[in-house]
Amino acid sequence: MTKTVSDVICPFCGTLCDDLEVVVSDDGKKILEVLNACAIGNEKFHHAGAEDRPKRPRMQQPDGSYKEVSYDDAVEYTAQMLAKAKKPLMYGWSSTNCEAQSIGHEVAELVGAVVDNTATVCHGSTLIALQDVGIPSCTLGEIKNRADRILYWGCNPAHAHPRHMSRYSIFPRGFFTGKGSQSRKLFVIDPRMSDTAKLADYHFQVEQGRDYELLQAFRTALKGEWLPDTVAGIPKERIYEGAEVLKSGRFGIIFFGMGVTQTRGKNHNIDAAISLTKDLNEYTKFNIMPMRGHYNVTGSGEVLGWQYGFPYCVDLSRGFARYNPGDSSSNDLLVRGEVDAVLTIASDPGAHFPISSVQKIWNLPSVAIDPHITPTTEVSKLHVPVAFVGIECGGNAYRMDNVPIDCRKVVDPPEGMLTDEEFLTRVLKRVKELKGVA
Amino acid sequence: MEAGKNHPAYREACGIIELDKADFKRLGAWPNTNVRVNSAHGTVVVKAVPATQGPHPGIAFIPMGPWANRVINPYTYSTGTPTFKGTPIEVEPAQGEVVLDGIQVVYEVVRGGKK
Repeated sequence: MTKTVSDVICPFCGTLCDDLEVVVSDDGKKILEVLNACAIGNEKFHHAGAEDRPKRPRMQQPDGSYKEVSYDDAVEYTAQMLAKAKKPLMYGWSSTNCEAQSIGHEVAELVGAVVDNTATVCHGSTLIALQDVGIPSCTLGEIKNRADRILYWGCNPAHAHPRHMSRYSIFPRGFFTGKGSQSRKLFVIDPRMSDTAKLADYHFQVEQGRDYELLQAFRTALKGEWLPDTVAGIPKERIYEGAEVLKSGRFGIIFFGMGVTQTRGKNHNIDAAISLTKDLNEYTKFNIMPMRGHYNVTGSGEVLGWQYGFPYCVDLSRGFARYNPGDSSSNDLLVRGEVDAVLTIASDPGAHFPISSVQKIWNLPSVAIDPHITPTTEVSKLHVPVAFVGIECGGNAYRMDNVPIDCRKVVDPPEGMLTDEEFLTRVLKRVKELKGVA
Repeated sequence: MEAGKNHPAYREACGIIELDKADFKRLGAWPNTNVRVNSAHGTVVVKAVPATQGPHPGIAFIPMGPWANRVINPYTYSTGTPTFKGTPIEVEPAQGEVVLDGIQVVYEVVRGGKK
């Protein structure tokens, strides 16, 4: 007899859907079916039960092959590596729970590490911008119930956050948006005719890398001031028309993604987007929200924020928290050769960092804590497989609108496998012994 | 992506470059053949596929992953974030060359010393 676990939280993207139903086998060990999830979330749940999943830590040998080692050996290697290093980098944190992050930070304090999360290659520029100009934001629930002007700028939720539009922004019938998509106007600003853009009422096919100009043009148009005939490839008439439609809404939201944060201008693009939001508030209620990628990258920023005051790039090597993106950020540290050991957890810099940074990880003592085999685990000296948070253990995660949600355990992890939290707790204990801390 | 980065599905999804129809003509290559992408920062072989979300002549897309990261501009301009988008590239047909899988495409550089 199978059993169904309801109200399961999906540990894939920042939308953190909380309505999944998972059918598990009688013995509670195998996932049979996942209902309500998007294709990616569904895949993640099923991949947890993959036959070829490593069950024990693996140490890379000089010939490039891997040898299985015990968790005790893995704890020892990790603790020794961190304790001996002058300035280790502890990177990742975005696909694990806040509890594990907090324990990891305790280790980082003891060994004088730099703690950085995946925002560094993602919404880091957003975090810089919101420290510059603030952020008028709201929750996804408010958007579902109130928003009648939706902008997706440089993001493609149809692919990256597949249920975002159906749960929160375009399609749901909310309290004040009873006609669903008919009561909303969708704007998409993207250099491609993306699958999200195909749904849009207004698609502005901005020239690649010209987002800053277009954002400022919208600000100019709002005030009815002069514009050149085209800005960023968009005729001025369309910009004036778009600005009027935005002004005429009752409640608006700008969602933005990698199209603006990773492109030329970076934090200045976001400065301009937040300033546009501020200007729109002269006429109506407007908000802005980053489309956070990993399901708990927001949580990592929150935990670092309340512990040290900074959301990423936190350098603890001097015994106090320093924050200086460009100096204390992972890629800059790696490329400049300023770290002497790397611990990655719940992320994949091997696939998502420029190859010049990956080369540095390969050359250094390194540990990768991740349930999957990834390019990161394969360039690290030690791979520690752990249980999937949100599938094989619970824990707290933050949705993209900073709402904390407790994830649920659905099935047991493979026998003897540790969670991130358990592994880091053991590393912490050993580091304390090595450092002579009671 | 969530189905395992050591599996061929990852290469099928991310070891590609989406090119506009017009750019295929300029390049003189057939869709779904391998091409070599060169930038000031590196080089990589990927499969050229017709744009799925076009048209966008003059702009090519490689999905986020180790293939793209062999050619993008790693400079962060003091933000911590490498410049993942807007890298000028040149594309040439690469008949006879293979698209490596997600692990090997990293190994080719870190172990093999290739750029």
